[in-house]
Amino acid sequence: MTANRLAESLLALSQQEELVDLPKDYLLSGSEDEGDNDGEREHQKLLEAISSLDGKNRRKLAERSEASLKVSEFNVSSEGSGEKLVLADLLEPVKTSSSLATVKKQLNRVKSKKTVELPLNKEEIERARTPLEQEIFNLLHKNKQPVADPLLTPVEKASLQAMSLEEAKMRRAELQRARALQSYYEAKARREKKIKSKKYHKVVKKGKAKKALKEFEQLRKANPAAALEELEKIEKARMMERMSLKHQNSGKWAKSKAIMAKYDLEARQAMQEQLAKNKELTQKLQVASESEEEEGGTEEVEELLVPDVVNEVQMNADGPNPWMLRSCTSDTKEAATQEDPEQLPEPEAHEVSESEGEERPVAEEEILLREFEERRSLRKRSELSQDAEPAGSQETKDSSSQEVLSELRVLAQKLKENDQSRKQKASSEGTIPQVQREEPAPEEEEPLLLQRPERVQTLEELEELGKEECFQNKELPRPVLEGQQSERTPNNRPDAPKEKKKKEQMIDLQNLLTTQSPSVKSLAVPTIEELEDEEERNQRQMIKEAFAGDDVIRDFLKEKREAVEASKPKDVDLTLPGWGEWGGVGLKPSAKKRRRFLIKAPEGPPRKDKNLPNVMINEKRNIHTAAHQVRVLPYPFTHHWQFERTIQTPIGSTWNTQRAFQKLTTPKVVTKPGHIINPIKAEDVGYRSSSRSDLSVIQRNPKRITTRHKKQLKKSSVD
Amino acid sequence: MKVKMLSRNPDNYVRETKLDLQRVPRNYDPTLHPFEVPREYVRALNATKLERVFAKPFLASLDGHRDGVNCLAKHPKNLATVLSGACDGEVRIWNLTQRNCIRTVQAHEGFVRGICTRFCGTSFFTVGDDKTVKQWKMDGPGYGEEEEPLHTILGKTVYTGIDHHWKEAVFATCGQQVDIWDEQRTNPICSMTWGFDSISSVKFNPVETFLLGSCASDRNIVLYDMRQATPLKKVILDMRTNTICWNPMEAFIFTAANEDYNLYTFDMRALDTPVMVHMDHVSAVLDVDYCPTGKEFVSASFDKSIRIFPVDKSRSREVYHTKRMQHVICVKWTSDSKYIMCGSDEMNIRLWKANASEKLGVLTSREKAAKDYNQKLKEKFQHYPHIKRIARHRHLPKSIYSQIQEQRIMKEARRRKEVNRIKHSKPGSVPIVSEKKKHIVAVVK
Repeated sequence: MTANRLAESLLALSQQEELVDLPKDYLLSGSEDEGDNDGEREHQKLLEAISSLDGKNRRKLAERSEASLKVSEFNVSSEGSGEKLVLADLLEPVKTSSSLATVKKQLNRVKSKKTVELPLNKEEIERARTPLEQEIFNLLHKNKQPVADPLLTPVEKASLQAMSLEEAKMRRAELQRARALQSYYEAKARREKKIKSKKYHKVVKKGKAKKALKEFEQLRKANPAAALEELEKIEKARMMERMSLKHQNSGKWAKSKAIMAKYDLEARQAMQEQLAKNKELTQKLQVASESEEEEGGTEEVEELLVPDVVNEVQMNADGPNPWMLRSCTSDTKEAATQEDPEQLPEPEAHEVSESEGEERPVAEEEILLREFEERRSLRKRSELSQDAEPAGSQETKDSSSQEVLSELRVLAQKLKENDQSRKQKASSEGTIPQVQREEPAPEEEEPLLLQRPERVQTLEELEELGKEECFQNKELPRPVLEGQQSERTPNNRPDAPKEKKKKEQMIDLQNLLTTQSPSVKSLAVPTIEELEDEEERNQRQMIKEAFAGDDVIRDFLKEKREAVEASKPKDVDLTLPGWGEWGGVGLKPSAKKRRRFLIKAPEGPPRKDKNLPNVMINEKRNIHTAAHQVRVLPYPFTHHWQFERTIQTPIGSTWNTQRAFQKLTTPKVVTKPGHIINPIKAEDVGYRSSSRSDLSVIQRNPKRITTRHKKQLKKSSVD
Repeated sequence: MKVKMLSRNPDNYVRETKLDLQRVPRNYDPTLHPFEVPREYVRALNATKLERVFAKPFLASLDGHRDGVNCLAKHPKNLATVLSGACDGEVRIWNLTQRNCIRTVQAHEGFVRGICTRFCGTSFFTVGDDKTVKQWKMDGPGYGEEEEPLHTILGKTVYTGIDHHWKEAVFATCGQQVDIWDEQRTNPICSMTWGFDSISSVKFNPVETFLLGSCASDRNIVLYDMRQATPLKKVILDMRTNTICWNPMEAFIFTAANEDYNLYTFDMRALDTPVMVHMDHVSAVLDVDYCPTGKEFVSASFDKSIRIFPVDKSRSREVYHTKRMQHVICVKWTSDSKYIMCGSDEMNIRLWKANASEKLGVLTSREKAAKDYNQKLKEKFQHYPHIKRIARHRHLPKSIYSQIQEQRIMKEARRRKEVNRIKHSKPGSVPIVSEKKKHIVAVVK
C-alpha cells in the first residue's frame, strides 16, 4: 500500500511537472515578447521625447495670436475670424455644386449604415457565410486555433501569463544550479573512473545493478509503461548479446585463459563465469508467458497496486498500446481529461462515489480515483489562479503541495483499507479464492526482469511456447480473459446492479478453479527434482521439436539405396528405333527387338557394405589421395605390410632420440672429400692380417661385404 | 608449514664440459607428435624439390686441347692431377684445383689411343697410332732438359689401349692381341689372342689384380688371367663392346659399355646372364668408369651426354649435358668419388659434381644431419608418385628427348611383335627370352 501511495504522489508530481512543462516550452517566446514590450515602451518614450522637442514649435505655431492671412494647406485655422469652424460651413459650397452630388449620396449612405465594431463579437465571427469560410472555421476549431484574435492561441496565452520576470530569474538560477551540479557530477565520475582497483569497480557495478533492479521494481509498480520500455531495452540488450560474440570465450583474453584453463582453476572459473554471463544475458524472459494462467491474478494485484487511471493516463501519453488501451477507464474520465482545466468536473461524481463507496470495493476505488482526478484538476486551477496573482505565490504553492501530499496520503490509506476489507471478504467467501489471490504473490516476488515484456496474445503464440506449457494452459487464457472482461464491464457501467456483478465474479472464480487446479497442485508440492525433471523433459521436447522435420535414419537408408543403385553396372540398350520396322513419333521398337539388343550388364562384385545396415562404404577411388599413394608394391618388398611398416616408422628427430636419429639417418656409404678411395683389398675385409692404413671408405655394413669377399675368395681359391 | 619449491638437479641440465652437447629436454610421447607419416612425407617432398632446385652439377671446363680428347687418366696418388690425351697426339696434365694445364707433351703422331698411370704415380704410359708405347715421367723435365719419354717401345701393330697393373710393374696393351709387358723389357711377357679382330680396350681388375678383361670388335668380351697363357672365357654379345670397367669394390663384377646403347654389368662367374642391363642412352656408349665406392658408375655416350647409373638399377639416376658438349669419348670418376670428368669431341674436359645438388665445402654438423635426414627421407618415400615424378624429372636436349621417344616407339613395336608372335604360334615353340639374356649371344670358355 505504501507503494500505492508512493505511486500517487509520483503521479501528482508528474502532473505538476506537466503543468510546469507547458510554459517551459514557450519560455523563449515569452521572454522575447517581454523584450519586445520593453522596447516598445522605450520607443514610446523616445517618441514622446522627440515630440516634446519639436512639439514646442508646433504649439507655437498653433498659439499664434495675431491674424494671418496665410493659408496653410496642412491645417485650417479659424484664428483670425474669432468664431469656430463648422463642418457644415465648409461643406456648404460643396452642396451647391452638382458635380459632388454623387459623392454626397455615397457619404450619406455610409452614414446611414451601422458601423462595424472591432473586434467583432463572437457571433459575428462564428457566423460562417460562405462554404469556404465554413471550412476554414472548421479547421480552426479542430486545431484549437484562435478565431477572434489571430495572434495568440490559448496555449501561447498561458505561456505568456506563466512567465514572469521573477520566475525567469528563478529558472535561470535553477538552471545554473543544475549545470553546476552536472559539472560536479562529471568531475566525480571522472575521478571514479580513474580508480584502478578492480574490486572497487566490481563492487560499484554490483551496487549499481542492485540499485537498478530496485528502481526497476519501483518503476514497475509506479509506472508500468516505463517499466515496459525498460523491459524492451533489456530485450534489445539480449538481442545484441545474442548477435555479438561477447562473452563467448572467443576473444583474445578468453583464448589466453583457455590455454591456462587446464592448469589454472581461476582461469577456468573466469571462463565459466563468462559463459554463465552470456547465458544469463541471452536467456529469454519467459516467466511472464509461462505463468499465463496467473495473469488474471497478477493483473488484479496490479490493479490493486496501481490505480487504472494512472495506467490510463500514461498510456495515452505514451502512444498506442492496444493491451493497455483496452483497460477499463470510464467515459467520464476521458471526458475529464479532455475538458479544459477551467471547467471542473462537477461534484456530482463525488456524491455518487460517496454513496457507493462503502458497498463495493472496486467501485470505491473507482470513486477514489475520480476524487484524485478531481483534485488534480483543482490543483491545476489553483496554480492557474496563482499565475494570475503572482505575488506571494511561493508560500501558497508550498502549502498547496503539502495539502496535496496529505490528501494523497489519506487516499492511499483509504485504498489500503479497501483492499484489506476486500481480502477479508474474499476469505469469507472461501479458501479457494484466497489461494487464487495469493498464488501470484511468489510470482510477484521474483524479479520482473525475468518476465516477458509482451503478453501472449493469441493461441498461436501460446503454441510457440513449450508444448507442455501449452498443454497445461491451452484452455486457461480464455476464461481468465473473460474474467477480466467481466470484471471490467461493470466498471464501465458503474450503475449496473451489483448482485449481478457478484454472480459474475463467482462464475469467474469457478472457471478459474476448474482450469487451474493442476497448476495449483504443482505449486502446493514444489520439489526441486520435479523441476529438474521438467527441465529435462523440456529439453528433450525442444530437441524433438527442433529436429521434428528430419528422419535421419530413413534419409540414410534412402541415400544408401541410391548409392547402391548408382554403383550397379548399367545395361546397354543398342536398340535402333526404326531399323527394320516402322519408326516415328509415338512408335516404340518391339519388345522382341529390345530384348534382343539389350546387353545385360554383368553382376558386379558384392558391395562391401551389403551386410552392414548402418554403414555406407564408398568403393570409388579418390583420385586426390591416389596421387599420394603408391600404386604398386615396390621391388624389394614382398608383402604390402612390410612396405607399410617401413613407411610408418618415422626416422625424424621429432619421433626418435638423438642417438636413434643419428643411427637411422647415417648413409650407407660415407666418403670424405679429398680422400682417395682405393680399391678394396682382401686385407681391408679382414681376410688377411694387414695394416688398414689406406682405407678411406667407411663401410657401414662390413659384415655383408666380408661374407661376399669370403665367398669370392673361396671361389677364387677353388678356381 | 612446508613450502614446496621447484628444485632441479643441475646434473640434468648442466653439461660437464664445454665440448659436450647441450642437453635438450624433449618429450617423446607419440601422442604429442601425431601424423608422423604425413609430416615426413611432406618433408620428403620438400627435400626432393630442394634437391632439384639446387641441382647445379657443372663445375668447370678445362680447355686447351687442340683436338678431341680421346682418353683420360687419373693420378693414383694425387686427386688434383688429371692426364688427358687428344686426337692430335698431345698429352696434357691438368691441375683440377687450379683448373689449368700444368704440362703439355706431344706424345704421339696421330691419336693418343690410350693413357694410364703407374700405380705409384711417378710415371705414365701412352699408346698411340704411331705403334709405340711410351713411358713418361709424371713431373716435367728439369731446366734445360728436353721433353722425352722415359722409354719408348716400338710395336708391330697399332695399340688401341693400355692399362697398368695395380700393384706390380706390369702393364697390358691391346691391339690385334692382348700383350702383357714387363716395364723393364721391350718384348711382352705374353700375348694372348682369341679370334682375329682388333681389341679396343683392356682393363686390369683392381682387386684381383691378375685378372684382366678386354673387349674386341668381334662383339666379344674376353677375360684373361695373367698367370695363365690362355684366356679364361669370353662372352659374345649382340653388338660390339667399346670398353669395360671393373668394380673396384666387387672383384668379379664389371660393366661393359656397348654399341647397342646399353651397358651390361656382368658377374664374371656367370657371363651368360648379365647382372643388370643399363638402358637410357640413345646412342653408342663409348666409355664407362666406376665410382671408387663401387655403388655407381658413369657412362659417356655418343649422344652427347653422360649418365650416372646405380650398379643395381637399370635406369640412370642422373644425366649431364650441356649445349656445347659434343660426343663424349672418355669419362672418369675421381678417386674421392665426388667429381666426374669427361672428355669430348669438342676439345674440352668438363668437371662435374657426382651428386648434382651436393653442397661443396665444409658442412656443419647440423647441415650434415639435415642432409642425411633428407637423403633418408627421399629414399624412404621414393616410390610415392609425386616424389618419384619430381625426382625423376630432367630437362633433356631436344635431340635426346626426341630420340628417346622414337626408341620407345621402336621398342614397343618390337615387344608387340614378339608378343604377337608368341600369341600366334604354337605354345612353347617361340621361347620367351628375358631382356637380360636377349643380348648375350654366347659364352665361350
